[in-house]
Amino acid sequence: MLLKITNLHAAINGKEILKGINLDVNKGEVHAIMGPNGTGKSTLAAVIAGRDLFDVTQGEILYKRKNLMNLSVEERAREGIFIGFQYPVEIPGVSITNFMRTAVNEIRAYKGLDPLPAGEFLKMMEKKKKLVEITSDLTNRSVNEGFSGGEKKRNEIFQMAMLEPTLAILDETDSGLDIDALRVVANGVNKLRTPENAFVVITHYQRLLEYIIPDFVHILYEGRIVKSGGKELAIELEEKGYDWIKQQL
Amino acid sequence: MDSVTPYRITPERLLDLFEKNRSELFANDPPDVHARREKALESFQKKGFPDKKLEDWRNTDLSESLNREYDYPLHRTEEDDQHKVFRCNIPHLDTAVIGQLNGWFVSKDVPLIELGNGIIIGSLAEAMNKYPGLVEKHLGNYASVEQSSFTALNTAFATDGTFIYIPDGVKSDKPVQLVNVIQHRENIFIQSRNLIVLGKNAQLTVVHCDDSYDHQPSFSNVVTEIVLDEGAFLDHYKLQNLNNDSTLISSTWFHLGKNASLESHFITLNGGMLRNNTFVKFNGSFGNANVYGLYLMDRQQHIDNNIFVDHASPDCMSNELFKGVLDEHASGVFNGHVLVERDAQRTNAYQNNRNILLTDSAKINSKPFLEIYNDDVKCSHGSSTGQLDPQAMFYLQQRGIGEENARMLLMYAFADEIVNKIAIEPLQHRIEDMVKKRLQGELQICEQCVLHCSTPEHPAEFKIDVSKI
Ligand SMILES: Nc1ncnc2c1ncn2[C@@H]1O[C@H](COP(=O)(O)OP(=O)(O)O)[C@@H](O)[C@H]1O
Ligand SMILES: [Mg+2]
Repeated sequence: MLLKITNLHAAINGKEILKGINLDVNKGEVHAIMGPNGTGKSTLAAVIAGRDLFDVTQGEILYKRKNLMNLSVEERAREGIFIGFQYPVEIPGVSITNFMRTAVNEIRAYKGLDPLPAGEFLKMMEKKKKLVEITSDLTNRSVNEGFSGGEKKRNEIFQMAMLEPTLAILDETDSGLDIDALRVVANGVNKLRTPENAFVVITHYQRLLEYIIPDFVHILYEGRIVKSGGKELAIELEEKGYDWIKQQL
Repeated sequence: MDSVTPYRITPERLLDLFEKNRSELFANDPPDVHARREKALESFQKKGFPDKKLEDWRNTDLSESLNREYDYPLHRTEEDDQHKVFRCNIPHLDTAVIGQLNGWFVSKDVPLIELGNGIIIGSLAEAMNKYPGLVEKHLGNYASVEQSSFTALNTAFATDGTFIYIPDGVKSDKPVQLVNVIQHRENIFIQSRNLIVLGKNAQLTVVHCDDSYDHQPSFSNVVTEIVLDEGAFLDHYKLQNLNNDSTLISSTWFHLGKNASLESHFITLNGGMLRNNTFVKFNGSFGNANVYGLYLMDRQQHIDNNIFVDHASPDCMSNELFKGVLDEHASGVFNGHVLVERDAQRTNAYQNNRNILLTDSAKINSKPFLEIYNDDVKCSHGSSTGQLDPQAMFYLQQRGIGEENARMLLMYAFADEIVNKIAIEPLQHRIEDMVKKRLQGELQICEQCVLHCSTPEHPAEFKIDVSKI
């Protein structure tokens, strides 16, 4: 098992947001997490990534059989955890190229590999840009600075392609995208899928799941996974709405 | 060599020193220069050293610096003249290097040269001899003894420094690098004076460095007057890498004529107690001045940037952007004062000061201030102080970048906005390198901004690569 979350509780400023999450993810799988706003989807991603804003009050997260609580944010990342953020932050003055080169080489160093020579790195950038159909010279601009919503999301997928994570959690990467951009993002994900990695796709809409076919769909509601099923669950949820979930509780 | 006994520099000692040495020290003065000296002394006598009761000095406390004992040499010594530090150069940067050691112009037997195109570069003392009319016309004419008692003291005492004259229409093809190194057996008190004159439509790039050679305490009171005649252009760099026990009061007085244009950069990498007084006066219309600053301080270091821009003429533009990173117990002051006078219609004036405080004990006192007596102006001022953005830190770390490197990337990105304004490419690379080293805590005080003789160049190895590839 790649990721095993057991009875996870997390709070911010004493307010409990996650109230006992259980989730198992195996290599090669795609999981979708759906749920209304404010139920803790982004919080779950942040807690897996190790954001110290949140306190884990109960439960555990095992990743590759390691207890994640013992690892720093960067160690988790170097172990292959990647978050495609719902709201990617703008970092003026840091170019995407330098950013990615630093990240790639730190991850390589963690694995005991030498830094990638500049030429090879640039080639790799070009290749990955094509994968997410970035044609403009986005890469020499400051990270996310002045990017449109769509550009930011595409840039997240580009970074994912560069870092080749084992577990990618994509937090509402689809929201705010038009249908073309959505297709690009989904294509990117599908091309990166291997039997060795896994994806957790957080989304509001069933729409994305027509392009990225999930093996499992989970509904997160008020800090708990209240229902899990196959890809049909997403369609059912789309038809019946979240009230249907509320009534069932 | 006579042995010296350092003493506390007090106004009384200074006045006494002036009286005792006046006939011999100031024998070369052109008459107007001498008159300005007397007036300056009077002004200093009235005011003395500034203390924290003065609004302008409220957050900069010189008492510790002034309580130290210093040797104050009134004459150059043999050693000052023959010093070996001024030999070499930064690779690829083709500049004319002139050196000052302990405030004295290092002549290497040629105290003053006049180039074929009329450019004069040399010792100010020598210039008073050879070109008394030219010196007299400018020296002390721009630096106001009323506005600053340190300038008054310098005007009263200083006899040497650097003189640069660029005649009308002449464009200096090489940057002139003025390197001011301090090295002395005792604590030293220094007062040097520089005068830079750009004629009509003249152009010049000056790189002005303040460096220490060792860890000996020093107190420098340096005044530089820079006058730009109509249409002149000056690209000016002030780079400071002094030891932690140095005190520097550096006052730069810019006077801009009609259509004159100034790009100025104050880059402070190290020092003990530093105060940059920068005065910009627009004496004609359509003048243009960009004044940038970057300061990276830690330990108990203190940096005070005090900038006064006088829009005395219409249609001028001034723009200030100062950025600082303060670590440990470092403290900083930004006092920006823009005065728009009654007749200065269509003035554009912008001021911005941004700071990052890395610890709870680091301090900044930032006060951008606009004083406007005209309706037809576009002005803005802003100031911000914060920590490194925790969201950005998390984002970088989530991509596998370690905390130390993530901090470094963000700090460098912050500083880079100013480094990017450096127009001379090799100098930009050099400064970039020094800023990286500084942020990593690896910059040596003996690492001079451009001279680096004894050891070969060691470009900073950033574990992360923030160079542009
Ligand atoms: N930084 C924060 N400070 C305070 N409350 C927060 C913070 N982040 C999230 N929350 C709260 O946690 C709850 C879940 O938020 P979030 O995980 O973003 O939901 P979702 O992603 O499902 O829309 C919300 O009630 C939100 O207000
Ligand atoms: Mg969310």
